Amino acid sequence: MAEACITVKDLTMTYGDFVIQHDLNFTINRGDVFIIMGGNGCGKTTLLRHMIGLKAPAKGDVCYGEQGLWQADPKARQQILARTGVLFQSGALLSSMTLAENVALPITEATLLPPKKVREIVSYKLALVGLAGFEDYYPSELSGGMQKRAGLARAMALDPEILFFDEPSAGLDPITAKLLDDLILSLSSALSATIVVVTHDLDSIFAIGNNSVFLDAETRTNIDGGPPQKLLHESKHPNVIRFLNRGDQTEQNSSNRQMRSPA
Amino acid sequence: MSLRSAHTCGYVLSAPTGMKNSKILPPATHSAPTCAISAIRQAKAVEIALSGDWVLDAQLPPLEPVLAQIETNAIKKIIFSTTALGRWDSMLVTELIKLIDYASQKGVAVDKASLPASIQGLLTLVSAVPERVDAHRDQAQTSWSQALVVSTGKAVQHSKEMLIFVGEMIISTFATLRGQAHFRRQDLWLYIQECGPSALPIVTLISLLVGLILAFVGAVQLSLFGAQIYIANLVSLGMTREMGGLMTAIIMSGRTGAAYAAQIGTMHVNSEIDALKTMNLDPMAFLVLPRMLALIIIMPLLCLYADLMGIIGGGFVTVNFFDVSLTEYLDRTASAVKMKDFIIGFVKCSVFGILIALSGCMRGMQCGRSASAVGDAGTSAVVTAIVFIVVADSVMTIICNRLGI
Repeated sequence: MAEACITVKDLTMTYGDFVIQHDLNFTINRGDVFIIMGGNGCGKTTLLRHMIGLKAPAKGDVCYGEQGLWQADPKARQQILARTGVLFQSGALLSSMTLAENVALPITEATLLPPKKVREIVSYKLALVGLAGFEDYYPSELSGGMQKRAGLARAMALDPEILFFDEPSAGLDPITAKLLDDLILSLSSALSATIVVVTHDLDSIFAIGNNSVFLDAETRTNIDGGPPQKLLHESKHPNVIRFLNRGDQTEQNSSNRQMRSPA
Repeated sequence: MSLRSAHTCGYVLSAPTGMKNSKILPPATHSAPTCAISAIRQAKAVEIALSGDWVLDAQLPPLEPVLAQIETNAIKKIIFSTTALGRWDSMLVTELIKLIDYASQKGVAVDKASLPASIQGLLTLVSAVPERVDAHRDQAQTSWSQALVVSTGKAVQHSKEMLIFVGEMIISTFATLRGQAHFRRQDLWLYIQECGPSALPIVTLISLLVGLILAFVGAVQLSLFGAQIYIANLVSLGMTREMGGLMTAIIMSGRTGAAYAAQIGTMHVNSEIDALKTMNLDPMAFLVLPRMLALIIIMPLLCLYADLMGIIGGGFVTVNFFDVSLTEYLDRTASAVKMKDFIIGFVKCSVFGILIALSGCMRGMQCGRSASAVGDAGTSAVVTAIVFIVVADSVMTIICNRLGI
C-alpha cells in the first residue's frame, strides 16, 4: 500500500456564496503523478490554490501526511509549504529580475548559503530544465515555453517533495508541451517527487498521469478518480467517459487513444 | 445615394393563388446589393421567397408585412424558397431567427429543410444551447437612495480594506525589524534611484516656478507699502514650511505613486504575488516596505532641494524686478528662515512619502486581474495620495499653529 502524501478531506470551496466544489475527498500517494482534471471553470485551479495555501477552504481541509494545512498555525503551515514547489500557469516569474535572481530567490530566502554556492545551484536548476546559459536573461526576453521551464526551475529550487503544476501545457505548441511532459516525467523519477498536475490536456493526462481525480462541473464534486487509462475504460460516469474521449463516446475513439499513448 | 435607394427592393406579396413566386432579381447595372423577401400563400402554408443579396450593406426590406401574413391567415406551416437567393451573411440569418421565433410563438411550423444546408447548420448551432435566462446583466435603473446605500457600503468597505492594509504593513514592518521577513537590499537602492535622482529635473522646474510665483504674488501687495524686501521672508518661509514639501509630494504621487500601483498591479495580474507567497516571501515586506523606505529617505532630500530652488526662483524675481539687491535678499532670507522651519518641512515631507507609498502600494495590491484594473489602480493611487497629502498637510499646519512653532 502506497503511503498517502496529501489527503483532501471534505473540502468545500466557495467564492462568496457561490459553491465551486463541495465535499471533495481524495488521496494523493507518495511518488504519484497525480492529475486534477475537469472541464473549464469546474474549479481545478481553485483546488490547487487551496492545496498550496493561497485560499482558505469554506469547509474541510487539505492534509499533508497527518497534518491539516488549514488547521495548522501560520508557522506550521509555512513549514508544510516549504516542502512544496509551484509552477503557475504563466510561469509567474518576477519580471523585474533575471532568471538567475528568480531561481535564487527561494534559495536565499530559506538558506544562508554563500552567493557563489547559490549561483551554482541556480545554474544546475536551469540546466535541468534546459536553460543553461540563460541566467542573465529577463523573463520578457524568453518564449512562453522557456518562461514555464524557468518557472519550473524556480519551483524546484529547494528540492521540494511535492511539485504542483497549474496547466503546464496551456499556451504551448504540441511539441513544446510534449517536451514539458517528458521533463515532468523524468523529474518525477529522478527526484522521486510527488507531482500534482492541474490540466485538461488529454495527451498530457494519458502520457504522464498514473492517478487522478475528476472534478465534475454539474454535480460540483469529484465523481471519479484513479489511473486515467483505467478511468477511460471502466468509469461508470458518462461525464468522465465523455471528457476522456474529447466529447465522443464511440469505441473507435477510445481505441485510437490507446494507440497514441502506449504508456 | 439616389442610385442606392432606387434599387431598394421591398416586400412583395404575390397573389394568394400564385404557384410560382415572383422573382426579384437584382438589375445587372447597380452596385449596391439588394435583397427581397416575399410571402406566397398556399393551402394552409406560406411560401417565403428570398431573393437577391442578403448582405450587411444591403438595404433590408421590412419584415412586418410577412409577419402579418403569417399571423392573419390560418397558416400551419412556413416553407422557404431560395432559388433566387444570391450572396448572404449574418444579415439573412438574423432576419430568419426573428421570423422563426415569431412563427414558433404563433405555433406555426417552420420547414427549415427548405433552406440551404449551410443556413440550416447555423440555425441548428444557434438553437443548440438554449439561452441562459439569467445571464443578461441586470441593467435596472437604481433610485438615488439605493445608489446612496450602495456607495456608502462601498466607502465602508474601502476604509476597511485600507485599515487592513495598514495593519498588515505594520505587522510586516515589525517582522522585518525582527529579521523574520526580508527584502532585497539591491531593490531598495533601485527604488531610491528611481524616485530620487530621476525626479530632480521636474522638481527643479516646478520649484523654481513656484518660488517665482510666490515672489510675484507677494511683490504686488508688498510694493504698495514699499516693503519689497519682505518678499524674501514670504518666499523662504512659504517654500520651507509649505510649498516645497507640498509640491514635491504632488509631483512624487503622480510620478512614483502611480508607478508603484502599476508595478504591483501588474505583478498581481501575472500571479507573481501568488508566487511570492508560495515561496514563503511576504509580499508586504518584499514589495511594499522597500518602496516605502525609499520614499521616506528620498522625500526630505527632495524637499530640501525644492526649498532651495524655490528661494532661487523667488530671488531671481525680487532682484531683477523689484529693486532689491542680491545681498539684501540673501541676508533677509537667512534671518527669516530658522532651522525649525526646515525641520517642519522635512517632517511633513516624510509623512507625505509614507502616504504616497501607502496609497500606491495599496492600490496595487488591491488591483483586479485585468489590464484595465491596472490602469484604475494607477489612477486611484494618485487620487488617494493627493487627498491624503492635502488632508495631512492641513492637519499638520493646524497643529504647528496651535503649538506656536
